[in-house]
Amino acid sequence: MSQIAFLGAIEVGLLFALVALGVYLSFRVLQFPDLTVDGSFPLGAAVCASMIVAGADPYLASLVAALAGAGAGMVTAWLNVRLKILHLLASILTMIALYSINLRIMGRPNVALLGEKTVFTPLEALNMPSYVALPIALAILVLGVKLSLDWFLNSEVGLAMRATGVNPRMARAQGIHTDRYILGGMALSNALVAFAGALFAQSQGAADVTLGVGVIVVGLAAVIGGEALINTRAVWRATFACIIGSIVYRLAVAGALNADLLGLQAQDLNLITAVLVTLAMVLPGVRIPFRKKGSTS
Amino acid sequence: MIEARQLAVTFNAGTPMQTPAMRGIDLVIPEGDFVTVIGSNGAGKSTFLNALAGELRPDSGSILIDNQDVTAWPTAKRAGLVARVFQDPLGGSCANLTIEENLALAYARGKRRGFGASVSAAMREEFRAHISRLNLGLENRLGDSMELLSGGQRQAVSLLMSALRPMKILLLDEHTAALDPKTAAFVLELTREIVAERNLTTLMVTHSMRQALDIGNRTVMLHEGRVVLDVRDHDRDGLKVEDLLHMFEKVRGSELDDDALLLS
Repeated sequence: MSQIAFLGAIEVGLLFALVALGVYLSFRVLQFPDLTVDGSFPLGAAVCASMIVAGADPYLASLVAALAGAGAGMVTAWLNVRLKILHLLASILTMIALYSINLRIMGRPNVALLGEKTVFTPLEALNMPSYVALPIALAILVLGVKLSLDWFLNSEVGLAMRATGVNPRMARAQGIHTDRYILGGMALSNALVAFAGALFAQSQGAADVTLGVGVIVVGLAAVIGGEALINTRAVWRATFACIIGSIVYRLAVAGALNADLLGLQAQDLNLITAVLVTLAMVLPGVRIPFRKKGSTS
Repeated sequence: MIEARQLAVTFNAGTPMQTPAMRGIDLVIPEGDFVTVIGSNGAGKSTFLNALAGELRPDSGSILIDNQDVTAWPTAKRAGLVARVFQDPLGGSCANLTIEENLALAYARGKRRGFGASVSAAMREEFRAHISRLNLGLENRLGDSMELLSGGQRQAVSLLMSALRPMKILLLDEHTAALDPKTAAFVLELTREIVAERNLTTLMVTHSMRQALDIGNRTVMLHEGRVVLDVRDHDRDGLKVEDLLHMFEKVRGSELDDDALLLS
């Protein structure tokens, strides 16, 4: 693997670490299997790219993208807690609706950002190639998000959110309005994912309506892979595992694609992903979503 | 004071599965009362308890706590007034949170939650003092995950958790039913101590007539969704399980045929 390919994998791995943290919030903290992310990732990209092309400040555009993602997450949560639609189905409904919404936002299937000012433009002033500067900048950002999330999940409100996911009946008995916490948690989760989408569009130079395909699987691959590699007993370990899982996943994919003797090509990416997720899930000691359902523990 | 007025609820109303679980329960619990509730399966004990907790909204009737109508309040809103210990030892705590995090959740019951640290050093000291009274050695294991504890330990911790904050009523939902006899006796003794030292108003649902007469100062029997028997203080003193059965038969004009109630 060349140095550029390696750093490229790190860069995408760090970007998707934000997705992994969002997926960790929904799948693990709230125990809400959420496929909205397949729609909120391109939503963030679409909102951000459209605003930048329209002349908006890229920082503002990225912030608005995150807020749009929060809105998408709240729609899914609302379908679930108010209309009592099964969580998985509620998220699929939002995801499918977002496909149309994303097309509407962009007005066309994709928006190019070539030559536009992005949040990464200031990095050009640094005396280093962008393929080095970008991963460093992203590493700092992801670390900041991780630490904020650690702080949040260990606060009174964050603890209440974790209780909501683990044992909602007990949580309610302690005065926790579980519906509100599901709404808030899903908003936060999808805000992170949409923010990642916005950064992804800016680093890749385009937003595309098909960006979201398989984002949830990639996010899950990072979460589950991270859990297979790292003991996730404490919150700070779990969030760290998401980041490591995301980077390792990208390196594994890059490695598989670069190993000439395997003969794999770019179109095999989804197949590789499915195999990697399966491998991570059958490793011993991994908590598997969907399988441990029904128990209150 | 807790007042239940004409509480009624029917499950699956309008279907062949229609079951009236409460048909007008009237009960006034003055402050300081420790009421034990007995009744056969389907008598409406759990339904009544769930209605008091807020998990279940009655079809009709009302619930008043200190003259305030809380019938429409959801569980979370009522939590400042009502504390609860569940029957299932796994139900009253969060398995993959630590012991101190579980205590912290209960410590904030009915309070507004903020963005400060969920477990402060001062709180940890207080928790350690509380939990050391159990003599289970848990005071040195506050950082352990709750799922490492046995059912009895979890139930004892749940009981401590319920009493961390003031309340108007403590609801105990057959909280010793899932435990072995020795552990059940330990948890029951702890219940007696905590209720006595804080003078808690308590409602305990139990499956055992013996237990119902041994603890508390008042025993209420539910049958087919109504209160059929209510004995307290000196009327209850010296009462035996057989006496309770006779009283029941007199009131209902029918024989009690629930083995579980007679045998336990």
